[in-house]
Formats: sequence, C-alpha cells, structure tokens
Amino acid sequence: MSETTTRAEPRTTTEFRNVTLESRAPSGPIEQRWDQHRFNMKLVNPANKRKYTIIVVGSGLAGGSAAATLAELGYNVLCFCYQDSPRRAHSIAAQGGINAAKNYQNDGDSIYRLFYDTVKGGDFRSRESNVYRLSQVSVNIIDQCVAQGVPFARDYGGLLDNRSFGGAQVSRTFYARGQTGQQLLLGAYQALERQIAAGKVKMFTRSEMLDLVIINGRARGIVTRDMVNGKIESHVADAVVLGTGGYGNVFYLSTNAKGCNTTAIWRSHRRGAFFANPCFTQIHPTCIPVTGEHQSKLTLMSESLRNDGRIWVPKQAGDTRPPHQIPENERDYYLEERYPSFGNLVPRDVASRNAKQVCDEGRGVGPSGLGVYLDFADAINRLGANVIRQRYGNLFDMYERITAENPYEVPMRIYPAIHYTMGGLWVDYELQSTIPGLFVIGEANFSDHGANRLGASALMQGLADGYFVLPYTIGNYLAQGGFDKVSTDNPVCREVEAEVADRMTQLLSINGKRTVDSFHRELGKVVWEYCGMSRSADGLKKALQRIPEIRAEFWENVNVPGQNENLNQSLEKAGRVADFMELAELMCTDALHRNESCGGHFREESQTPEGEALRDDANFSYVAAWQFNGVGNKPILNKEQLSFEYVHPTQRSYK
Amino acid sequence: MKFTLRIWRQKSPKEWGRFVNYKLDDVSPDMSFLEMLDILNEELITKGDDPIAFDHDCREGICGMCGLVINGIAHGPEQTTTCQLHMRSFKHVDTITIEPWRATAFPVIKDLVVDRTSFDRIIQSGGYISVSTGGVPDANTLPIAKDNADMSMDGAACIGCGACVAACPNGSAMLFTAAKVGHLGLLPQGQPERYDRVLYMVHQMDEEGFGGCTNIGECSAVCPKEISMDFIARMNRDLIKANFIKGDIEKK
Repeated sequence: MSETTTRAEPRTTTEFRNVTLESRAPSGPIEQRWDQHRFNMKLVNPANKRKYTIIVVGSGLAGGSAAATLAELGYNVLCFCYQDSPRRAHSIAAQGGINAAKNYQNDGDSIYRLFYDTVKGGDFRSRESNVYRLSQVSVNIIDQCVAQGVPFARDYGGLLDNRSFGGAQVSRTFYARGQTGQQLLLGAYQALERQIAAGKVKMFTRSEMLDLVIINGRARGIVTRDMVNGKIESHVADAVVLGTGGYGNVFYLSTNAKGCNTTAIWRSHRRGAFFANPCFTQIHPTCIPVTGEHQSKLTLMSESLRNDGRIWVPKQAGDTRPPHQIPENERDYYLEERYPSFGNLVPRDVASRNAKQVCDEGRGVGPSGLGVYLDFADAINRLGANVIRQRYGNLFDMYERITAENPYEVPMRIYPAIHYTMGGLWVDYELQSTIPGLFVIGEANFSDHGANRLGASALMQGLADGYFVLPYTIGNYLAQGGFDKVSTDNPVCREVEAEVADRMTQLLSINGKRTVDSFHRELGKVVWEYCGMSRSADGLKKALQRIPEIRAEFWENVNVPGQNENLNQSLEKAGRVADFMELAELMCTDALHRNESCGGHFREESQTPEGEALRDDANFSYVAAWQFNGVGNKPILNKEQLSFEYVHPTQRSYK
Repeated sequence: MKFTLRIWRQKSPKEWGRFVNYKLDDVSPDMSFLEMLDILNEELITKGDDPIAFDHDCREGICGMCGLVINGIAHGPEQTTTCQLHMRSFKHVDTITIEPWRATAFPVIKDLVVDRTSFDRIIQSGGYISVSTGGVPDANTLPIAKDNADMSMDGAACIGCGACVAACPNGSAMLFTAAKVGHLGLLPQGQPERYDRVLYMVHQMDEEGFGGCTNIGECSAVCPKEISMDFIARMNRDLIKANFIKGDIEKK
C-alpha cells in the first residue's frame, strides 16, 4: 500500500496479491518434523528479546498462553481483550475436557493414534504435519497445566483421571468437573497476571482491535478503540498475533459468548490475510431449543446424554399433544430407525441433520416447532431414577433451571446449534498468515481440525499454539531482522486511525429505523437456513442474493444511538455485525464452490445412496484460501493442495 | 407478564446517577433476566433513547462478566448468575429494582457497568504459581489426594463476578481472595509460595479499598458457585501463620 492512498477510497490492500501459498510444512519422517524444524529455525539471542515488542490480541487459551509465554521468554508484550478482564475469554465455557496422548490409562493410546484420529475425524481436510505436532505437544500441555495448579480430576490414588469423550476408543480426555475450559483459562490467566505484575505484559482490557496496520509489507501494529472512552489509537510492535477466536456468532444464535466476533480476523483479511475454509463450521446436536424471538444465545448440554436418552418426534406433522399423550406407535424414533447399529449415538453432524429434517417436515416439538424429544423414560424404567441422577444429575438440573421442565418426568427437548468454526485465517506451519508478521492462533486460524473438530480438541489446540508452537516460530520471524523503526506517529497509523474513526462516525450518523440486533438476527436466520446444517447450490445462491441486500439496508437504515466518546454497546455491536455481513457472503461463496460434502460441510448434491456425506477427494482435497477483492466482489480462490502420506482417506459409514 | 423496572442510570463515573422507571409489557416467563433487558433496550433505541449499559458475555453462568443487584440481592432471588436467572422467578406486575454492584473498589463506569480491575490486581499480587512454560515434571509425578484436589477445585470454581463484594455490608473481597488462596494453597504445587501469597494478596485487597471481613456470610449466600466461608477461615489461619513466619509485609 502506498502512503498516498486517499481517505476517500478505503484501502483494501492489493499488496499481497499473487502470494503463493507456501505451507512451509517440513518433509521427512513425520515423527521428526517438528524437532527438525525447531532446530532449523533461527533463534533470538536472550539478551535481544527485550528489544522486541509483540502485540497479542485476545486473552483466551491461545492468546493468554501466548502472551504469558512470550513475556516469560523476555519479549515485551501488549495484550488486548474486549472483556473487563482477560479471565473472561470464551474459552472459559468449554465443559468437556482436553485431549492428550499420555496413555496414562494403558489402553493403547499414543501420539500416533491421536494424530490418526484427528486427521480422520477432520475428514481429511487438515495438514498432516500440523496435526502430528499438535498430538506431540499435547502431552506437554497437561504437565504445564498441572504445574500451574490446574485442579484436574484425580482418582483415589491421587493420579490424574481420564475419560473417553466424543466416541474415542481410548480414555485420553483430562477434565476438571464440567469446567475444564475455565480451569485451563485460569491457569493461563494467572501466568499472564504474573507477567503483568513483572512489567513484561501491558494489558489493555475493554479494548477492541478494529484494524491492522501494515507498514512496508509487514504487520506492524493495530488500531484499537477504548470501549470506555471511545479513544481510537494505534499500537505498534514488531509482530502481531491474533488469538481472537471463532466466528460462530455470524449465525446470531450460537453457543458463543455474545461478544465473540470476527472483526479482528475480518479486518486483517481485508488487509491481505487469506481466509481459509470459511464454510467449515460445526453444529452440536444437544442444545436447549430456542423459546422465542427474544432468545439471545444457546446453551449446550453434554453429548453424553445421548448414551441413555432416546430421540423421537411424533409421526404426524402438526401433532401438538403433550408427549405423554402420544402413544408409542405414533412416535418416530428416527435415529434408531435409520441407523440401526449406531442409533442415538450417530456422530454430531448426522444427528443434527436428521433433527433439522424432521423439523422441516413439520414434526418438530415445543412452542417453536424447532426441537426434538430426548426421552429418558425407558432408561429410568430400566435403571431407576437414581442411576440416571448419578449420571446426569447436574445436566438435568441445568436443563430444569433454563426451561422450568423436569426431565425426569417430561422428555427433554433439544435442537442443534452452531458452536465451533474450523475455518479461519490461513496460516503456514509456523502459524504465520499471508501477511508477514501477522500470526494467527487458536480457533482464529484454520489449521488443525480440517472439516470437523473432535470433542476435547479445541482446548488442546489453543494451548498448543500459545504455549508450545508460536513462542518458537515467532522467534524465527523476528530473528530474520530487517525491521524499520516504527512509531505511532507513522503516517500509516494516522491513516488507519482516520479510517476507523470515519467508520464509527458513519455508523452513528445513519440514524435509520432498525436496531443492530434486528439486522444481526435477520442475517443469522439466512446463514442458518442456507449455510447451516445442510447446504445446496440453490439455497446458497439465494443466500448470496439476500445477504448483500441485508447489508445494503444495514448501511442505510441502522439506528446506532449515542456517541463514540463513551461506553456505547450499540456502536460496538454495529461494527461487529457489519463485518459479519461481509463474512457471511464469503462463507456462502466457499460453501457453494465446495461441491462435495466433508465433515461439518454437507452439500445435499454430494451424498451416498444412504444419505451420508460423500467426499470428492479427486477434486477437493485442498484448503480453499480466499483473498479479499473488495466488498461485493467475488473473492479470489487460492488452493493449498493436501497430501496424505500417513493416514489414507476412507469413507465414513454409521449404518 | 408486566413489570415496572426501576433502573439505576448514570452517564459516567463523575456524574450523579438516579433511578429511572420503565414499564415493560409482554415479558415471557421463559426469558432470561438479561433477555428482558435486551427487549427494553430495543424499545429504548427505537424510541431514540439511550439504551441501558450492562455487562454480560457468555450468558451461560461461567464467564463472570454479568452482575446486577436485583431487588437488593446480588444476582437476584435465585443463587445463580444474573444471566441464568429467568423471569419466571418474579411475580407478574412486580416492580423490580436494578442496581450495579456497589462497592468503593468497584467504581461505576456507566449505568450498571462497574470497574472490577481491582480483582485482577489482587491476582497480580500473588494469585499464581511461579512457573514458566516448559521444564516442568510429568503431570503424574506428583500424586494429590483426591480430597485435597476436590477441595482445591471448590475454590478454583470462583468466576470472579464480584457478587461477594456487592453483597457484603463491608464491601469486602475476602471470599474472592480466600478462594484463590485456598485453590493454590491446597495443592502441593502451591506450597513454596503459600505464605508470601496470602500476605501479598490480602495486602493488595486492603490497598484497593475493599473492607474487612466480619463473618456476616452474605458473600457465600449469593455466590453463584456456592463457595463456602470455610475458605475465609482457612485463609485467616494461613495469614496468622504467615505473619509469624514472614513478618510485617510493610517492611518488605
């Protein structure tokens, strides 16, 4: 970008056009790749580390652990989060656990098995080298967290307990009651606070990154808005790390926290970072259904409920009788019927799609018609209420608190919801995006889960990136040197600040008739309908027509009250929703181009005769990395071909 | 359901605040408390008024971001977080009074939003184990008795919402501080720094302007994670011992 770009034409840099996607994934025996690569990377002399400053955006498992570790190594860190404390990032809400190939249970687990399961679970759309490294460092994560004081569950001998999770055939999941994410995050948060106290990390809370600053072809800073006083300012550094999470809130209703957003990665995408596999999103089948238009978010319940609950809907569409009045022969236990060998335990995506299908047929239950029964009556008859209480008591209590229905007496109602996004900014093996100096970690990048993430692997990846991968690879970048001296007085900083300020002014001056939430809800419904659990060319084309219309209306008719200069939650939301509008279009474009089904991406045109997802390895065994080409213009597709030397692609079947 | 809402409005930390009444019809008993406020805000925005600022994020009771004093009780009538409270807990046509957390150490930023960074500074003063990434022993080299691990987890469950402070007539942060001191102090990994930790954390708590503990117990009664006052007793024991071992922190 040139410094003479005028403000009248917001810059959508063309500088990174014609980038070749160099994964930099090493070759050689897979067991040795990470060790060899670590040896090959340049190091920053310990005495020189304090001369470098690194910006870390986000303070969840990835960002928090990275910020703490970089500071421990001696770098100066500036860390940003939009919450009032780094301890509140949404990693905190993960319940189930964290995988690690410790083989403490002596049940045949190994680094290779975790690697194999993750590549296969990702439906062969991830990079083998990255996944192997993830499995390798998984064992270090558990050691690190225990040393920090994370109170993992233990058995009576005092050693760590494990459970089997998400259909894995080994017990490799470590957990801390139902609060594993919280406890791991507190470990990272405490390490971070220790570095703040030591003066090595400067923490900016209630502060939102609104743009990226690129100077001479390198990511050198960010522009933020102080959410308390509205101040828009630049921060400069030698490298920028984004650990800003996923974009599930594009659907409006999701299990993400209300503040989760795509702005940091989307603004970086607009500046030249490629966005990889945006259509790879994961739906969780056992959420508490929506009760009405007022619904603001969805709550997940553990999948383990499907071990004893039976899923059914009435056979007759429009049957509104209460469940106990519907006789056995008028009930459709559709999963048991269609998948006799797996029954109610089919994988997440299959269970979700079937629930949507029966609801689309008008057979959904509950006030909204978007729900299916998860019935424990048989299990209670067979095992007694006490056994069920021991197994699921806390989940039943949670359900009752939210719905005011007692699941011991009335069947639960469940419905699928979005809860994780596998897509994200494209990164190479060193977690660097297509913009030199911009690194992306955790859910914000695309790298390790392919088209589908396995249970208890999100926490593993966030911490792997933050504690054990990025702190090494960023050194390789910094050690190559050649950094110009940059200050916040740099004209590029001024220019980007002005663009951000203009955008705030523009949002505040529209003074239309509709609230930000009403647009967000409308957008979410379109994306859920056409780019949710199942996708078709027709539907996606409809969405691609509808989304630009909603976006155009937003910029003409949104009502954002108040000013920029103080706490203004409507303004914060407006900026985020504006970015979701652009992202939604990219997701649909990606989903339309990927004319195959894989993992969480189900294209109705590509299924087996039994109705299962059908991959097309001959044509789609690649990462789709999209390059921004201006709002409303078709983005440019770049492909990173995937090769599978160790785990050979096979077709899934659950019949 | 219909409600009259009496809500604390305050434009900025320096301006005076006051209660403003709002009427809200058509509230569904299935709405969460924060969804009810969302509806009110949508109405206010449509009318051209300034919506009510309140903190919230995960809306599933774990991030600790939300917190309102509802009819005089921190997090309202059920012992849970504000986001997990539903309108069915209120009577039709009730008047509901909604205030921010009130404590010297939690200044109001706007309306119902307060500044809780004092909690972060208490953690910075010693609420961690000094271990850097890498170079740690295998996780199973250190067996921990299940009872201790479980009790430690009881303290670690704290979400840092600040309800304990808001409920305490003294505005004390004893339950918050004690939960962290207990979480780390009950584990073998936390032993080397155990007595320094309690001295520094309690010192910082006082510096921030939190009050002292007089064993009233309101903190535990509103704690959404049901953290027991036993942690306060445990911290006081550590504190007495620390004073003998380490001496007066002011002289350090």
